[in-house]
Amino acid sequence: MANLKDLRARINSVKSTRKITQAMKMVAAAKLRRAQQQAEAARPYAERMERMLGSLGGAVVGNPDAPKLLVGTGRDAVHLLVVVTADRGLAGAFNTNVARFARNHIRELEAQGKTVKVITVGRKGATYLKRELASRVIEEINYVGKKRVGFEEADTLATRITAMLEAGEFDVCTLIYNRFRSVIAQVPSAQQLIPTVLPEAAPAGGEAQAQAWYEYEPDEATILAQILPKNLAIQIYRALLENSAGFFGSQMNAMDNATRNAGEMINKLTLTYNRTRQANITSELIEIISGAEAL
Amino acid sequence: MATFDLELVSPEKLLLSRPVEMAIIPAAEGDMGVLPGHSPMIVALKGGVIEVREAGKQPERLFVAGGFAEITPTRMTVLADEATPVAELSRAQAETRMREAQAAYEAAAASGTPEAREAAMDRYLATRKMVDVAGAA
Repeated sequence: MANLKDLRARINSVKSTRKITQAMKMVAAAKLRRAQQQAEAARPYAERMERMLGSLGGAVVGNPDAPKLLVGTGRDAVHLLVVVTADRGLAGAFNTNVARFARNHIRELEAQGKTVKVITVGRKGATYLKRELASRVIEEINYVGKKRVGFEEADTLATRITAMLEAGEFDVCTLIYNRFRSVIAQVPSAQQLIPTVLPEAAPAGGEAQAQAWYEYEPDEATILAQILPKNLAIQIYRALLENSAGFFGSQMNAMDNATRNAGEMINKLTLTYNRTRQANITSELIEIISGAEAL
Repeated sequence: MATFDLELVSPEKLLLSRPVEMAIIPAAEGDMGVLPGHSPMIVALKGGVIEVREAGKQPERLFVAGGFAEITPTRMTVLADEATPVAELSRAQAETRMREAQAAYEAAAASGTPEAREAAMDRYLATRKMVDVAGAA
């Protein structure tokens, strides 16, 4: 049986672990709230953008020289995947889930004979994917050391993707990230960025009628050419925000579980400690009594 | 006087959402005043100042670095790339950004495609406008 000193040391170490996980849980909760607010604040822009794109896109979509960002290159051979994960761990299966999802996606595409290129955003996904699929990873981006991800980062990435498209480096671009369904549920999902999936046309009725009359200045094509890169950036921005909100949600959960487990562990260890102590006392007493009786 | 709903949103937040009487926006092909009952339009914006007017109040001025506006008879939605109230602009900051944009333009002019050059030019002009506005404020 373990001796008392060892048990005491273990109890203390588990106690300090519990303190750490508890603190991390609180921090994650506070950061989660902030990330959610940021996601909330970004929503109006995305919604208005979608509405505008809906009314614009319909007018141009049948046109043979519609911008590539909207209709793609017309081929389907080279796929670019943008995999968004977090920069840090200790968040349960958050990063693994999305990375595994990405891996399966890559395997599936390759089974169909497509070429796959990957841009990873976030450190954790990069390490995971590079382990077995290093040759597909063409670029790694991470925001280590940044307090929060702004629109600027998303914009830079969007510009990079647009340039690659212009250079004919890929045909289809898909974004893979953890969709934030709730604090306890993040769903890895894939969203096609290029060719753009146009939002459903507005339902028939007043709004749709009004849309038919829009005048454009300068003209549809010019506006579309400007709005599409913006739309790309906003989609990426949304993914980044959902990723960070999901990360903190997941981390909060993981740390909550860890705290609970540490508590259970402490209880169990304390019980053993007390039993051992009692057994020692009892055996000492027996020794003393039987010693006294022998006299 | 009649009013229409003005919404000003940037990717990071909703900046303004309230009924106003008139707004002047820096459309790509010249400044444009919008009153209630304007015909439906979608316009591209260049860098410049949006002026919001309401009765009995000082006009409110906000700098935008470009974007789009969607106008219908009863509302206007401005999707700005970036928007700051003119009073909060700092001249020094604007000048730094102008120099950066200028350098980017020169790089684009030397090597880039005509489209890239034009985009860089637009950005440069927007930052120049920003300096002007910040200086005047």
